[in-house]
Amino acid sequence: MWEAFKQWFHRWGSPKWFYERSLVWSFWLGWGAMILLPIGIVWGLAFAPQDYQQGNSFRIIYLHVPAAILAQSCYMIMAVAGFVSLVWRMKMADVVLKCAAPIGASFCFLALFTGAVWGKPTWGTWWEWDARLTAMLILLFLYFGVIALEAAIEDKITAGRAAAVLSLVGVVNIPIIKYSVEWWRTLHQPATFKLTEKPDMPVEMWAPLLVMVIGVYCFFGYSLFLRSRNEIIERERRTLWVRELLAKEGKV
Amino acid sequence: MLAFRRPQELANPLVFFVMAVSLFPLGVSPEKSFLAPAAAGVVWVASLLATLLSLDALFRADHEDGSLEQLTLAPQPLFILVLAKVFAHWLTTGLPLILLSPVLALMLHVDESLLGVLMLSLLVGTPVLSLIGAIGAALTVGLRVGGVLISLLVLPLYIPVLIFGTGMVQSAAAGMDYTATLAMLGAILALSLTLAPFAAAAALKISVSN
Repeated sequence: MWEAFKQWFHRWGSPKWFYERSLVWSFWLGWGAMILLPIGIVWGLAFAPQDYQQGNSFRIIYLHVPAAILAQSCYMIMAVAGFVSLVWRMKMADVVLKCAAPIGASFCFLALFTGAVWGKPTWGTWWEWDARLTAMLILLFLYFGVIALEAAIEDKITAGRAAAVLSLVGVVNIPIIKYSVEWWRTLHQPATFKLTEKPDMPVEMWAPLLVMVIGVYCFFGYSLFLRSRNEIIERERRTLWVRELLAKEGKV
Repeated sequence: MLAFRRPQELANPLVFFVMAVSLFPLGVSPEKSFLAPAAAGVVWVASLLATLLSLDALFRADHEDGSLEQLTLAPQPLFILVLAKVFAHWLTTGLPLILLSPVLALMLHVDESLLGVLMLSLLVGTPVLSLIGAIGAALTVGLRVGGVLISLLVLPLYIPVLIFGTGMVQSAAAGMDYTATLAMLGAILALSLTLAPFAAAAALKISVSN
């Protein structure tokens, strides 16, 4: 079992294997996102029941929560990739780290933006310096830091390892975001979804949200694979297999 | 302790600190009603920025004359050497900032009873600034764009220190018990004291290998 896992892990560490296999994955993830996201949006925005206090404005939850969840788990993925890159020196971990950063930053921005739009009708303010909002803002800054560091170092291997150190250092922020709503008394409500408990919303309300969360993850996987494939071709352009591939497609 | 040979470089962050603090009364309002409650935050933000300014020099000179490479090859573990560098950095920037802070705080109409708390918060907080800053300095040491990039990398990590540092003074000003915030600040110090030298040492190795 362990041996099989190790073998599987090492195969994915090879750029060529990654490039070939990720086509299938990105195909299915892309279709998953194409199907789930429209269903989730239409279901959530048009058919889910109104909130008895917030009326229709609560519907932005269907964008806000998935974006926020993804922004955090994307950073976790980057930190894990950074750890793998530093310990095992795997090329693919660098690629994943680099390609995940802009996606995570966009979702983090989306979460902050939708949160602001949601905050105006419910809290009466666009922005409040409460713990979770501030922590999410720090997360956005951390994403910017990783992106800037990647861009500043020309040598790709050095850049990848430097970004790996930075993302591992920044990971201290994730538990702060996660537990900020429980540690401090803040405006922001506690987590909507927990793995261990039933959400305290009716099924009609949380089912579309779940669809959206899964859809957003599919979209994330899809774009991560797409970006990584692009990055692999660029980094490995001098290797034989990429040249053969390009020659076959008539691009050279 | 090479830094003492160039007194101007030592003085620059301090002069910046004084100037940055004096901008607030000029730029926002010289009224006591604004300055007194804002003072702790102003002093903290200014010392944070002053530390940032001094970070670029932390490893740069050593990198340029090649002694950084010698350090990575030294028989002592690199994180101990980093810790020594960071301690020297704190002695030359953090400590003078702390000593200077009561003067500036008085100029900002801070109540005299709070000066001790402000200095205590800086005493626990500024070593964290140097420690975390060392990671950023180590990551950017070989790069031409160093200075601005360090701020981008390090500032997000400084925010918790800033929050607890000013929070401590504010709760003392409100007559509340500030030991809880002090304990949090101390915990951050303990965490960064144990982990940051390792991260900075790893980052230095990466930068040197480039």
